[in-house]
Amino acid sequence: MSAIEHPASTTALDTTAPRGAWGDTLHSLSRSGTFLVGSTIVLFWIACAIFGQHFTPYDPLASDILNSLAPPSGEHWFGTDQLGRDVFSRVIVGSRDILTVAPLATLLATIAGTTLGLLTGYFRGILDEIVSRFLEAFMAIPVVIKALLIIVAIGTSKLTVIIVIGIAFTPIIARTVRSAVLAERELDYVAAAQLRHESAFHTMFVEILPNVLPPILVETTVRLGYAIFAVATLSFLGFGIQPPSPDWALSISTNYGLIGGGYWWTVLFDGFAIASVVVGVNLVADGVHGAFND
Amino acid sequence: MGLSLISLFLLSVMVFIGGQVLPGNVGRAILGPLADQQAVDVLNESLGLNRPLLVQYGSWIWNFIQGDMGTSYVFRAPVSGFIVDALGNSLKLALVAFLMVVPVGILGGVVAALNVDRPLDRIISIGGLSMTVLPEFVTGIVLVLILGIWLGWLPISAAWPSDAGFFTQLYYLILPALPLFLSLFGYIARMTRSGMVEALDSDYTRTAVLKGLPWRTVVWRHVLRNALLPTITVVATQAGYLIGGLVVIETLFRYQGIGSLVYTAASGKDFPMLQAGVLTIGIVYTVATLVADILYSLLNPRIRLRADQ
Repeated sequence: MSAIEHPASTTALDTTAPRGAWGDTLHSLSRSGTFLVGSTIVLFWIACAIFGQHFTPYDPLASDILNSLAPPSGEHWFGTDQLGRDVFSRVIVGSRDILTVAPLATLLATIAGTTLGLLTGYFRGILDEIVSRFLEAFMAIPVVIKALLIIVAIGTSKLTVIIVIGIAFTPIIARTVRSAVLAERELDYVAAAQLRHESAFHTMFVEILPNVLPPILVETTVRLGYAIFAVATLSFLGFGIQPPSPDWALSISTNYGLIGGGYWWTVLFDGFAIASVVVGVNLVADGVHGAFND
Repeated sequence: MGLSLISLFLLSVMVFIGGQVLPGNVGRAILGPLADQQAVDVLNESLGLNRPLLVQYGSWIWNFIQGDMGTSYVFRAPVSGFIVDALGNSLKLALVAFLMVVPVGILGGVVAALNVDRPLDRIISIGGLSMTVLPEFVTGIVLVLILGIWLGWLPISAAWPSDAGFFTQLYYLILPALPLFLSLFGYIARMTRSGMVEALDSDYTRTAVLKGLPWRTVVWRHVLRNALLPTITVVATQAGYLIGGLVVIETLFRYQGIGSLVYTAASGKDFPMLQAGVLTIGIVYTVATLVADILYSLLNPRIRLRADQ
């Protein structure tokens, strides 16, 4: 299949070169500065999430009331919060929940969105019309608001947040995949598969899917950044990750009321941590986008 | 136009499902797990929740169109009054943010485009986009710490004194508007920049330069005019999203807008309020998108001509 050459189309998403292209892509990724910086940051936080608990100077959940709200010092590098918990230790392991919830939500959205995009793009017609209308209306509500409505209705838990964010991002991925499939289905190899009387399922998932993987991969990495954004925002509002998790956004939400009293260390380090991971993922996404579109 | 109406209808169905179908037993959800079953039944009865779903949807949407958005479970008062006040406050905040970000964003894009691939362009483009991807509560808190607490320049709450005049209100709104500014600046600057780069490269710009017009005139009269078209679409689209991003900002700064209204309603499981708030935001977004489309075609004779033919 990959041996079939087709004239390069002029769409921006066209990256469907022969197999060797994946090697080229990896090569240009390894030379992309933004990708390397971004993946270093992200890998650092993943390492902290997995191994961090063995290196933290204190137990992230252990409170020490006598030592509450202590400013940063040699003993507590980032100070302590209102329960006397060590902020440094909490920041180190604070990536754990968000780095499981956000990627799983993105994965869910990618699977559901790819399926919908393949179906609507391949069959078009009335199905496409109806589904596209629904997705468009669904996209008219900002993600966080949608998520609030559903989470309040069915109750919050990590699984709820994964499902809600996953559903919220599905239309966006579906739209990307659909437009890629629309360009792809006109090509000869699809006609060849149809002439061979391959099933629609085979044509969509075995013939077309491998050729639309690059835009899916780009969209997925971009979505991951937004998923972290959305999960953090929900946790800040109290509808995402729940206490006693040392989650960054949750810590900011709990301690935000204190900053008027000058206890800046209870929120600032968590804020920087969120900022670094979000920027890191976006740099990775930027690098992936660049590597596929060069 | 017709498509927008279909979108709005589907939107209302989804909001109805989210607020009235998904919660299952609304009476139980409000009163909590320990409440008496009889009390739950009485509440469900009085809220009209044991009628068929289609009837519930019909009466809900019919009343909504006529301006009756139901009665708040928490405040025991009509929802519409709260929505109108909150929407007014949110528009005030959004307006302040827009008045700051649109000129500065466009200027940033112009400066970046005139310095393509030089350090200044890199700073504006990369810096702007990095700010755009950060959650508003993170930038908000850093700004509160720096401008509100350490430097003491701006008030950290948006709740101004009740007798505050126009300029005092404006002063209180600057700090809440700044995170919104940061989250939009990158988009607007990027769109202006790419529009400018394309226009700078065009034949009509070359003609204008070759016929001896001063560079300044070329940039402002020929390049920028064409470059702003995509920017206008982005601005209008972001207007809808801005209303959504207000949830965080309004909660953070204790500002009584549509975002904090949705948040309060969500925390108190006040479904009529929540539904009305979410639907209002959806309507604002849909209208903003429609206005963007219309504006774009009005300002772009090329599209207008095509539509006329």
